[in-house]
Amino acid sequence: MTALLEVQGLQKRFPMGGGGMLPCRRAAPSFLHAVEDVSFTLRAGETLGLVGESGCGKSTLARLLARLLDPTEGSIRLGGQEIGAIPAKRFGAIPATRPGAMPSTRPGAMPPRAAIQMVFQDAEGSINPRHTAFEAIARPLRQLSRLSGAELRTRVERTAALCGLPAELLGRFPHQLSGGQKARVGIARAVATEPALLVLDEPTSALDVSVQVVILDLLRSLQARTGAAYVFVSHDLNVVRLLCDRVLVMYLGRVVEEGAAETLFAAPAHPYTRALVGAVSVPGRRKGEERVRLSGEPRSPIDPDPQACRFHGRCPIGQDLCARAAPPVHELPGGRRVACHFPLTAGAMAAA
Amino acid sequence: MTDAAALAPAATARAAPPRVPVLDVAGLSVQFRTRSGTVHALDEVSLQVHRGECLGVVGESGSGKSVTAYAVMRLLDPAARITAGRITFGGMDILAASEREMADLRGRELSMIFQNPRAALNPIRQVGMQIADVLVRHGGVTRAEAPARAAALLAEVGIPDPVRRAKAYPFELSGGMCQRVGIALALACRPALLIADEPTTGLDVTTQAVIMDLVLGLARARGMATVLITHDLGLASEYCDRTAVMHAGHVVEAAPAADLFAAPRHPYTAKLIAATPQPGRALSDLAAIPGGLPDLRRGDLPACRFLDRCERAEPGCAVPPLPRHLSEDGRMVACRHPL
Ligand SMILES: Nc1ncnc2c1ncn2[C@@H]1O[C@H](COP(=O)(O)OP(=O)(O)O)[C@@H](O)[C@H]1O
Ligand SMILES: Nc1ncnc2c1ncn2[C@@H]1O[C@H](COP(=O)(O)OP(=O)(O)O)[C@@H](O)[C@H]1O
Ligand SMILES: [Mg+2]
Ligand SMILES: [Mg+2]
Repeated sequence: MTALLEVQGLQKRFPMGGGGMLPCRRAAPSFLHAVEDVSFTLRAGETLGLVGESGCGKSTLARLLARLLDPTEGSIRLGGQEIGAIPAKRFGAIPATRPGAMPSTRPGAMPPRAAIQMVFQDAEGSINPRHTAFEAIARPLRQLSRLSGAELRTRVERTAALCGLPAELLGRFPHQLSGGQKARVGIARAVATEPALLVLDEPTSALDVSVQVVILDLLRSLQARTGAAYVFVSHDLNVVRLLCDRVLVMYLGRVVEEGAAETLFAAPAHPYTRALVGAVSVPGRRKGEERVRLSGEPRSPIDPDPQACRFHGRCPIGQDLCARAAPPVHELPGGRRVACHFPLTAGAMAAA
Repeated sequence: MTDAAALAPAATARAAPPRVPVLDVAGLSVQFRTRSGTVHALDEVSLQVHRGECLGVVGESGSGKSVTAYAVMRLLDPAARITAGRITFGGMDILAASEREMADLRGRELSMIFQNPRAALNPIRQVGMQIADVLVRHGGVTRAEAPARAAALLAEVGIPDPVRRAKAYPFELSGGMCQRVGIALALACRPALLIADEPTTGLDVTTQAVIMDLVLGLARARGMATVLITHDLGLASEYCDRTAVMHAGHVVEAAPAADLFAAPRHPYTAKLIAATPQPGRALSDLAAIPGGLPDLRRGDLPACRFLDRCERAEPGCAVPPLPRHLSEDGRMVACRHPL
């Protein structure tokens, strides 16, 4: 079976404006390496988790995939079609071929904006405060699927119902909705056009645990119905574990480890993954239990040394080599990959 | 009303010489007058914290955790009215103290760290100078000694290269570093009580663990009492000695942390635990909590504010007073039909 999404060597560098304020002016312009050489594939109906600490490039990668941002380099193929090279501005403007048309991911067909949709963390900030819930859900349908009138109304109401939003809430403005209801509107708006790929950037981070479960359940049942693929960004490993089949662990723009969620959490192969997994707090865990702690601060993402591991300096098992050579990528059984000079493979092999 | 006041060491305190808590909040009720009605934010909240102890306060947003903290600090919004209760800190009646006494207390004995570390810092003053200012104002340190003492404090909270970092402005530091500065600032004068309101909520799990180790390590070393406010049950269970669960302005349950998680007695505590993702649990093992917090502006709030969300509720639960059962093992549960 072919992949829905194939990402190859994806890179995003942000130019850092003029060096006038710096004490020593550099000759070459500086770049912030937000996403470096990221490759992976994703099948329909599959959920890929994206984890790592803040600033590691999760949102930038999410926005690249959702084609809200243009890559500096690399390829993004959706249904065999290269979409990485289409400027984000134009990508957003490609309409459906006929009213109500399903977004196509067939090779050769141009996948419209409707095929990839994004759900943002801040449902509050991403919904226009002057739009009712109805209008928020209707907009992409009107613009991308070219629906109107009774057809539009039916589709909005059907989507809302699917997302657990009672019809009587559709007339409300964002400030009249609870946090959980706003999250539902954000999801309904994104799934209205029946996208093949849904990119979710921390969709439950702002919610209380009491409502988080409902939203996660909703996402799972929607996926079972639509067969959409999910890219699920979160810094909460306990949540990622619940929803994801596979996980990419990022550190300062690079993927340091990839693997099936279960095995990766059970036996991390990268020392950063191990620290991440070990830092998760667990209700009822005994106090004073030995845990891996990272010391030091992350390296700067601006003009990083290409000849060094980006985790070096904070890595509990780093050696001289790590400062002199970028780590190789080891392929382990079960589609597992780890970028490290000294992977913790013994445990990882056993788990694979 | 005050049957819950002797909450903490109920059984043990009777035999041993009575331990006087550093902080004693007894039957505290707070209301806010707003244009759309009176918000009954806290209703007879009682909490105690002893020297060297860490008390966790958990509950979903809007349950009254921050209002409780601000009341203790006497930093409540002018729209707030304290309608009942006492707050005693180190034998002093906080609610009767003058503004000057409070300002002095806040600098020296009573400290708070906030969720947004950057917002708590002065954006246009070097972080070392901000710590030096506190040391001079409240710590009896001279201007000349202050910079070196500030750098030593930055080192104590794990900031590498403290002499140089002392010259940094908040915007030049990461979120984790800013929170360390916030902690250094809060601990500059060796307070007797530290209130940490969601101190790690915006931070990464790896940073969160380091910051919590730091705060609790310093607290233990100094015999300081700590109140850790968090919505993260895992964090509370891991770092706190005792945990109080708040819901809609009530403390619904309080118990030694391990007991609370092993065997919750209030239906809300049980539901919170059941909703919390953790290793070994699948999505289908988790259960959301139906409904939400009641509108705290309602004039006819029932005695139990969890009533509408509770399967064990029966008509009697609405009738005041809300029972607050204390048991021999140092636990309190505010429920007519506890588990
Ligand atoms: N528009 C931008 N211009 C410059 N730098 C940016 C921009 N967007 C993100 N960055 C930087 O890219 C890095 C990755 O950011 P982000 O993708 O938001 O990380 P995450 O979502 O993992 O927290 C950070 O160092 C961030 O400061
Ligand atoms: N200044 C204020 N005016 C009116 N209501 C307030 C004010 N501050 C807090 N509240 C209300 O008090 C209740 C408790 O809030 P808070 O203590 O901030 O909750 P949390 O547990 O999330 O910290 C909420 O219903 C909140 O809306
Ligand atoms: Mg992000
Ligand atoms: Mg709060």
